[in-house]
Amino acid sequence: MANFYLTAILFLPILGMALVAGIPGARRTAIRQATLAVTTLHFLIALPLWWLYDPAGEPYQFVERVPWIEPFGIEYHLGVDGVSILLALLTILLMPLSVLGSWRYIDRHVKEFHLLLLLLTTAMLGVFFALDLFVFYVFWELMLVPMAFVIGIWGGEERVYAAVKFFLYTFVGGLVMLLGIVVLYFHYQQMTGGYSTALPDLVALEIAGGMQLALFLAFAFAFAIKVPMFPFHTWLPDAHVQAPAAGSVILAAVLLKMGTYGFYRFAMPLFPDAARVLLPWIAGLAVVGVIYGAMVALVQPNMKKLVAYSSVSHLGFVMLGLFALNAIGVQGAVIQMINHGLSTGALFFLCGMLYERRHTYRIDELGGLSASMPLFAAIFMIVTLSSIGLPGLNGFVGEFLILVGIFQSHPYLTAAATVGVILAAYYMLRMYGRVMFGPAGREANRDVPDLGARELWILVPIVLLIVWIGVYPRPFLDRTAPSVDRFVEIVTREAPSGAGLAGASQVPASR
Amino acid sequence: MASWIWLVPVLPLAGVLVNGLLGRRLGKRAVSLIGPGVVGAAFAAALVIFLALLGRPADDRTLSQTLYTWLSAGDFSATVGFLVDPLSATLMLVVTGVGFLIHVYSAGYMHAEDDAGFARYFAYLNLFTFAMLLLVMADNFLLLFVGWEGVGLCSYLLIGFWFKERENAEAGKKAFIVNRIGDFGFLLGIFLIFGTFGSVAFADVLPEAADTLAPGGDLAYWICLLLFVGAVGKSAQIPLYVWLPDAMAGPTPVSALIHAATMVTAGVYMIARAHALYLMAPAILAVVAGIGALTALYAATIGLAQTDIKKVLAYSTISQLGYMFLGVGVGAFTAGIFHLVTHSFFKALLFLGAGSVIHALHGEQDMRRMGGLKADLPVTYWTILLATLAIAGIPPLAGFFSKDEILWRVWEAGHPALWVIGFATAGLTALYMFRLFFLTFHGGFRGPTEARAHVHESPPSMAIPLVVLGALSVFGGWIGLPHALGGPLGGIPNAFEEWLAPVFHAAAEIHGAAPGGGGTAADGAAHGAPAIEYALMAASVAVALLGILLAWSLYVRNPALPAVLSARSRGLHRLVRDKYYVDEIYAALVVRPFDALSRFAWRAVDDGLIDGLGVRGTGWLVGLGSRVASRWQSGYVQGYVVVFFGGVVAILAYYLFGG
Repeated sequence: MANFYLTAILFLPILGMALVAGIPGARRTAIRQATLAVTTLHFLIALPLWWLYDPAGEPYQFVERVPWIEPFGIEYHLGVDGVSILLALLTILLMPLSVLGSWRYIDRHVKEFHLLLLLLTTAMLGVFFALDLFVFYVFWELMLVPMAFVIGIWGGEERVYAAVKFFLYTFVGGLVMLLGIVVLYFHYQQMTGGYSTALPDLVALEIAGGMQLALFLAFAFAFAIKVPMFPFHTWLPDAHVQAPAAGSVILAAVLLKMGTYGFYRFAMPLFPDAARVLLPWIAGLAVVGVIYGAMVALVQPNMKKLVAYSSVSHLGFVMLGLFALNAIGVQGAVIQMINHGLSTGALFFLCGMLYERRHTYRIDELGGLSASMPLFAAIFMIVTLSSIGLPGLNGFVGEFLILVGIFQSHPYLTAAATVGVILAAYYMLRMYGRVMFGPAGREANRDVPDLGARELWILVPIVLLIVWIGVYPRPFLDRTAPSVDRFVEIVTREAPSGAGLAGASQVPASR
Repeated sequence: MASWIWLVPVLPLAGVLVNGLLGRRLGKRAVSLIGPGVVGAAFAAALVIFLALLGRPADDRTLSQTLYTWLSAGDFSATVGFLVDPLSATLMLVVTGVGFLIHVYSAGYMHAEDDAGFARYFAYLNLFTFAMLLLVMADNFLLLFVGWEGVGLCSYLLIGFWFKERENAEAGKKAFIVNRIGDFGFLLGIFLIFGTFGSVAFADVLPEAADTLAPGGDLAYWICLLLFVGAVGKSAQIPLYVWLPDAMAGPTPVSALIHAATMVTAGVYMIARAHALYLMAPAILAVVAGIGALTALYAATIGLAQTDIKKVLAYSTISQLGYMFLGVGVGAFTAGIFHLVTHSFFKALLFLGAGSVIHALHGEQDMRRMGGLKADLPVTYWTILLATLAIAGIPPLAGFFSKDEILWRVWEAGHPALWVIGFATAGLTALYMFRLFFLTFHGGFRGPTEARAHVHESPPSMAIPLVVLGALSVFGGWIGLPHALGGPLGGIPNAFEEWLAPVFHAAAEIHGAAPGGGGTAADGAAHGAPAIEYALMAASVAVALLGILLAWSLYVRNPALPAVLSARSRGLHRLVRDKYYVDEIYAALVVRPFDALSRFAWRAVDDGLIDGLGVRGTGWLVGLGSRVASRWQSGYVQGYVVVFFGGVVAILAYYLFGG
């Protein structure tokens, strides 16, 4: 089974699409139920990955490698390490929750919506599973399409503008990366005489300094847009505000991770010398993102936009952790990717639930909701605290490790980034207070119905994970530790011939 | 023994789960048993541990237990582990003991809440107790920080407990954010400790401090300064004290527990715990002492002019915390902790007593509408009198011994200027506290007459804690009798000092002959009591009596006089009454400029520079968008999925094969 386990997980949603496509569009509940069943089953099938993956074992496990486009050396090559396992499981967990979260929210083109969700699932998983650059690129671009449609069709008033902005931003980034892939591909051919797009082959390839820098920048451009890093982030607030609740959740929880995952899996191990040379710049931009995202979040009149900008700030932390280039910081970055997925995912679910009741995201139109929605208030509070990194909840684990990690080499950057921890409390608690506390103000804020069972099914699993990772993160950290150690070793490895960025001469490949 | 010390914090945690998840359904009666019950049980457990420690030889009074490794990544590792030594055992008793009394009191005070509110209140209060125990029992800096932020959270939740009032919620938020500013320093301090020692465990850091850090070196300087920034936030010292007066928006028992007896003293505890580090940074100890003295005096002056009974007590707490920092700042860690303990008795009592008054007057907090309540509230009256005498420093009540100990150590350490500040503050303390006392209980009633008719003494659940704390305020100081008094009285040892000696022996060694900093009672007694110690003692009692006399003549004998005086020096009065306009200054210099800068970042940088720089691109984008939109709206979604996807593949193929 292990031989095509990943393929099974990868394409099960496509099978699900066939099932859902067979249901007449008018039978909306049946469509929802079927998609829920498929995604839940999907989760149950994928969950054993958690136990079957052996952290002490091979770097990549469940590897599948069969020739695909043979003349070009392209292979259908999948495999996972500790990091991709966690991200994939997070993705798969969020899908049934997203279906539940769209139960009432999505009432037009219900069938198309769910078909796109399933397609999106496969695309996202492909990105996490791919060990071949070509396969990776195919899934990377594939993921873009359903997401753009989800925003453009089921979004808010300016959905089309947001969808096109999202699409073009990430598509342009993707094309630059494709250019990089092609150059890398031919460079490999020149050095070795063969063709390959397999990640292990390319990581072993020696690349001269100038070319490394250019290639790193090509990849980093695509990934930085996705993260998003300041100043490539302006697509994000529009996309988030316009997207339907489930769209925002998936966008924040999974799609943004594609950027940081891309750095982790491809850009940094492929071009380690360039990564080290550019470290101060990228870490600097990450800190700017932390502070800047927090400041802009602070002044947002719109809840969803506030959460969107908070993502810019949080992902800045993740980038900072990756570029700490030591196990502490990178471990922090990895766990923070999961954390951000959970807490920001939950925040967008909560925004959606509020919207279903009050039909607004404007903070000044809300107020005093705690009085009539105690359950909602409690969960919203826990998620808020998770987002601002309260110790005992998951956010702290990631932020703390990131900051300890980067502190060892860049104490002043750390001090600047730590200001972000203050600011997070400022903007999140200010928003929470305005929405939940105080007098109700408007009549519409009185007697708002509290959470129902369906909504609890969405939120309680996330809250449990938030507490679990906060109190006992070991199972998560242990699963990723060997992978992270390997990553750190590759990225900090000095070019053996001393032909780092200084020597631009052609160096023979060593395999 | 060591195997079950985890029970102490876990008992209140169980209370959180039961009250938080089921409390609504259980009803108020069950909650009012469970809430205080778990804390009482934790107190009993702490007492057993304390007695067990007491039964051991002085150099063997340490228990530790590691529950599990919490964080480990690379070479960083931190555990959830507890350390019980005389210092933490002392704090455990205070937290659970005073905490239990306040829980009991709360059951009476909060009886008007509905079931849900009542359960929520006790869940928060139990959670606070849990976090505070984590803070004092942690065996490493990181777990201490967990408790530290945890108590901050509970403070936030409880200040804003009555969240329907906008001001309460705002006050809670302010407390959290100002504390976060302090925690920023604390966190950086932890990073630096890990960077220096390769560990955050007390057992790895503190014994190594003297070897690893150069005395007076940069590293010691920065570590201690950064940790102190955390303490300044949590313990409400200049310049981060501004949250504490606002925190009075919370229910009064909360003020007693969190904002007087326990949480706000965490900074003092932290410095005492990390004293091995601080002894390597004398310059920072001097800063600690200086900030403490300044805060003590500054807050006392504001306390003189407040009319809200709880605000007076809030500034009084800030001032008394200043004393504690003054103590630890001159290396008198035992004295600082001693004052922490006695202060927790009489200040908790003062708040609970004030709560009893407020309860009797149905929410009235303004002393201008009180007066003459002596006969109506006898228990409250007498217990508050004891606490007021104690805080004023009248012997032989608790506050006298601890405050005097600090002042004596300050003098002895060679800081006459700081002593003068502490001395002056002692006089002001007596003055503002007896002002409160006389305005509340003496003279005629100044409120509306119908309010007077409903005045009633509090129920037993509230009165009994007052009495117990009253007794502690009287006798609590006797555990720390100074040698100058204990010696002549037949050689009564300073029990408190001996108890903490094993913890602070390093301090004693480094400070050399710091009398009584360690060693036995015999050593201390042999040290003798210089005449100057008696003279200073007499002076501080005299200044306290002077303060009381002044208060009596102003607020009992000539009640018209204060108004005349304040009218005569109107500017000064207004300045003090309005708290030196510090909140306004912070708003003008920090908060508003920051908000404006943030707005600029959003409008000018995000919308203007980044999105606007590509104006043409954006325009083209919108054009394309509207074309696409008009087609999408035709509804054939599937068709467009195919078209779109096909386009992507085509572009991809072109680049791949064309390249």
